[in-house]
Amino acid sequence: MEEDRKVVIELQDVKRYFKVGSETVKALRGVSFKIHEGEFVTIQGTSGSGKSTLLNQLGCLDTPTSGEYFLDGVAVRKMSKNQRAHLRNQKIGFVFQNYNLLANTTAVENVELPLMYNSKYSARQRREAAVKALQAVGLGDRLNHKSNQMSGGQMQRVAIARALVNDPTILLADEATGNLDTRTSFEMLVLFQKLHAEGHTIIFVTHNPEIAEYASRNINLRDGMIKEDTVNTNIKSAAEALAALPLPQDD
Amino acid sequence: MNIINLIKVSITAVAANKMRSFLSTLGIIIGVGAVIAMMSIGQGAKQNIRAELSTMGSNLLTIRPGADNGPGGVRKDPSAMQTLKLSDYQSLSQNREFVKYVSPEVMASGQVVYGNKNATTTVYGESEEYPDMKQWKVEQGVAFTQDDVRRSAKVCLVGKTVVDNLFGEGADPVGKVIRFKSIPLSIVGVLKSKGYNSWGMDQDDVIIAPFTCVMKRIAAQNYFSSINCSAVSEELSDAAMKEIQHKLRENHKIKDASGDSDDFSVRSMAEMMEAIGSTMDMVTLILGIAAGFSLLIAGIGIMNIMLVSVTERTKEIGLRMAVGATGFVISVQFLIEAIVISVTGGIFGVLLGLGASNTIMPLVGLPSVVPTWAIVLSFCICVAIGCIFGYLPARKAANMDPIEAIRHE
Repeated sequence: MEEDRKVVIELQDVKRYFKVGSETVKALRGVSFKIHEGEFVTIQGTSGSGKSTLLNQLGCLDTPTSGEYFLDGVAVRKMSKNQRAHLRNQKIGFVFQNYNLLANTTAVENVELPLMYNSKYSARQRREAAVKALQAVGLGDRLNHKSNQMSGGQMQRVAIARALVNDPTILLADEATGNLDTRTSFEMLVLFQKLHAEGHTIIFVTHNPEIAEYASRNINLRDGMIKEDTVNTNIKSAAEALAALPLPQDD
Repeated sequence: MNIINLIKVSITAVAANKMRSFLSTLGIIIGVGAVIAMMSIGQGAKQNIRAELSTMGSNLLTIRPGADNGPGGVRKDPSAMQTLKLSDYQSLSQNREFVKYVSPEVMASGQVVYGNKNATTTVYGESEEYPDMKQWKVEQGVAFTQDDVRRSAKVCLVGKTVVDNLFGEGADPVGKVIRFKSIPLSIVGVLKSKGYNSWGMDQDDVIIAPFTCVMKRIAAQNYFSSINCSAVSEELSDAAMKEIQHKLRENHKIKDASGDSDDFSVRSMAEMMEAIGSTMDMVTLILGIAAGFSLLIAGIGIMNIMLVSVTERTKEIGLRMAVGATGFVISVQFLIEAIVISVTGGIFGVLLGLGASNTIMPLVGLPSVVPTWAIVLSFCICVAIGCIFGYLPARKAANMDPIEAIRHE
């Protein structure tokens, strides 16, 4: 997949060191890669491999100790906290493992949240965008359900809708299926594949190697370095896998 | 992010935690309610006293013999108490400019007898202008006249209590003759009942006779215990006072115009009302400050709850930061939450205070007076409390690291 497509993410020898007491922990020891528009990339690695640190870098929650990170052509390293907050608001959609929905708040209000911090949206535009995003994840009929009245799968769909609502450059999922049962996990993968097919750039951080089979590319981390970066030529269909699953049994 | 969105976000967050929000507003509700109720009690009492004083005539001036030494227990030379003479009354009566009515006063206490009944009372020697000056109506009969005063006539007006004591309730005593210290006084009229005054004196237990009669026939003295005057209007009290001082100094041959060597003193009711008013304002202020402390405690309560809330909502704060809220926006959100809580509490507190004042004040017979400024002030204090006590929790929230906050369990 080399490429006339736009580069949305470019890492140049990104290092991230933490000082813990007198020791320096080298979480990222020089990571370089490019991600193009429309890719579905999984980032894998065991715990301690640096994948959380990498996720924080990609999500502009943190800045590199050295090296450069360009998100959609914007250099992130020297940005201030507030500039990064605005950048996240415009260009990144987060999906977390624990959904992180606001308690006692309806689906549509949860999805509206990122737009609340964007003064360009009026209340009506916000509502429209949120409804559209919820319809895209198949929750068009549950707009006014509160977060505590929904199943895990539904909550994660709301979280995905929230990540999509600002029309982000990248969709950043952190163990997005980690809290779900197998069946619901596959439903989520079906959704992610659908979004991928629609042209969204997705970065899926996970420790589950199985998920890589449904993505277009897989980056494997170990000890803060890239161990493997492979293109998946044989993308499995999550929809087929879901259909092949045994039906839930009532016992 | 604009401020309206922020307010919406904050109100949603407050509404999402109804129980906790209610508990933190409770302190403010009680605090503001107490402040309003205290203000109402203070101001109601003030109005009540003022109203009572003004029925006595807010334009009255009292001249007393002796220098005004202020409070203190120095015993005065008895001769100093005999400085108000007939000549003073005459000069005050003539060429009146700002003075409307003048009545000298001589008192004598003793037993009054009618038939086989007797009672102890006080006879006041006054001029014929006295009932007009005091706005005291003569209910039955008529008042005595200037001619009666000139002749030292043995006539009198009696109060309701005296009538009840001597003649029985409802009797018509006009024309009857009573004896005071063996001096016969013919009743020409009965004064309308005034009831008790605020320091518990029965204002109807009086006999009013011409001062000439009381001076010559009863008290046998040639000086007055005081002279009462009324100004043309309350506003002209000061001018009337100057007029009186000027005339009396001339009479008493006092050249010092500063008032330091005066052998008399003039007090106006307006002055007294002002003094009482400022005393009551002080009382109101003290009550208000006492109640204000409960607001301070309520503010600390809000701060506590907001701090707990910030810790409890670490994850939410992390999420908000991840989706693009800056630290400043987060801090403003929590500040607005604190203000929303305190102002909501303030609104209900004002209602509680008004309700309490309207139920309690009539029970103790005082008017319910809640000054508008007290409402506005307590409202502003609520906003201030929200800002001050919301600041620390807001800063704590703003300084969170989104990476740690979002993974907080």
